[in-house]
Order: sequence, then C-alpha cells, then structure tokens
Amino acid sequence: MSEKNIIQKKPDSALLLLGCPQVPIQTSAALYLSGMLRRNNVDVTIAGTKSARALVEMADIDAQYTGKLQDIDRIIDHMSDGDFDADVSFVFVHNEAGVAYAATVQAISSGNVIAVVFGSETQARTSELDEIGCPAVTAQGSHNPLPLKRKIDGVLSWDA
Amino acid sequence: MGCIEKLNYEVIDKHISFKEGATYVSKNCSEIYEVEPGFKLFDKVIIGIPPIRIGIDGDVITFPFTKPCYGTFLLRVSDAEEADMLRRKAKMIKH
Repeated sequence: MSEKNIIQKKPDSALLLLGCPQVPIQTSAALYLSGMLRRNNVDVTIAGTKSARALVEMADIDAQYTGKLQDIDRIIDHMSDGDFDADVSFVFVHNEAGVAYAATVQAISSGNVIAVVFGSETQARTSELDEIGCPAVTAQGSHNPLPLKRKIDGVLSWDA
Repeated sequence: MGCIEKLNYEVIDKHISFKEGATYVSKNCSEIYEVEPGFKLFDKVIIGIPPIRIGIDGDVITFPFTKPCYGTFLLRVSDAEEADMLRRKAKMIKH
C-alpha cells in the first residue's frame, strides 16, 4: 500500500498518539501533522505522555496547530470503553512500546490506524508493524524532520 | 495503567520484548490464557502486541505491562478475584 491511498476519504476526526518524546523529531512532526489536519477541517485530539504533551503545548502557545490534549492512558481507556474514537489514528512509533500502542489502538478503534515510524530502528519497527498488519509511514532518523514530513505529506491525500 | 503502582506487584523482568514475555509465561506458568489488546485487567487496559499471554498460578497472575518510555515489564500480582475473571473471560491455552 502506498502512502497516497492509506486514507481513502477525508476524515472528520483524528487522534495523534505520542509516546516517549525521546526522539527530537516527534514533537515537530506531531505539530506539523496536527496543523495540516486542522487546515483540512479535521477535528484533532493529541494524546501523549506528560512530557510529550508539554512539549507540543509549550511550542504552540495559542493552540494554532494543536487541538485537544489528553493523557495517553486515559484516551486508550476511553477508546476501550467505547467513549472515544477517531476516523484515523496516527500512532508515533520509535520503540517496541510504540508498536504495542499501535496494536492496541488497532484492536479498539473502528477507524484507520497508521503508524508514523522514525528513529534509529525503523526497520525492526516496520517488520513488527507488518506482522500486526498496521500500515506505516517510515523515515529513518532522529533529528532531521524533512524526510518524515515528505512521508506525512504523502499520506495526507484522499479522494474527497 | 496509572493505578498499577497501587498494586503489590513483583517485577519478574523488565525492558523485554513481547515475545520474550510470552515465552516466559508459556514456560513458567501452570495456566496460560490469551487476551487481545484492550482487554481490561485490574480495571486498566492491557497494552500489547497480540496475542498477549497471561499466566496464572493459583491466585497469582503474571502479565505484561507496557509504559511508553520504559518498554515492557513482566509483573506478578496475587489477586483471586482477577484470576477468576481471567479464567472466565480470557481464551484458555493451557490449564
């Protein structure tokens, strides 16, 4: 599956799930993705660890790019209870825990789930995501966000 | 699993892969069950790569616990009520 047809139709809502912000490009990529989705009138919720949320919140003081912010475990709990869902969920992945979160969102969401993979072990992470059948956009590296931006641009295209 | 800290748990292993956790449960627990991610144990969602293996020995439950920054831990908690719940709701692999 190419990046260009992972999302078939325009989503009304999106969830961005941020894990440990250990890898620098996560915050930049999340702000960019959130901003692009909001520009397309998609209702965005960002869920993450306390540090991951603080990084995006501090960088976006007037909430120009971010939507609603939630605790990562709380949003998973709400999804599991059927109290929250999104048309598309982007799970940021750079370690095996990220793959576990992607698998979990796949199990509890009725929407599309896309892994956004980056960092130094993208090949291993992509293989694990292949095993669970989760589509992924992947860019090796931890500091230069531009290759990942190009992949994100590729996935943000739909028919209507 | 914010409230996991309130449980009287024993850490069997830490920073392991899901496969390593499943292998430990398969080799060391007398009863083995499988659940899908999203299954609730101790009223919290189990995060993981399916199939997630959980072991039971009497009232003692051995299960994987994942934190975004620290990876997967294998924990052991004694709780008769939750062990019974698992026996009723989870898929039995070995008994």
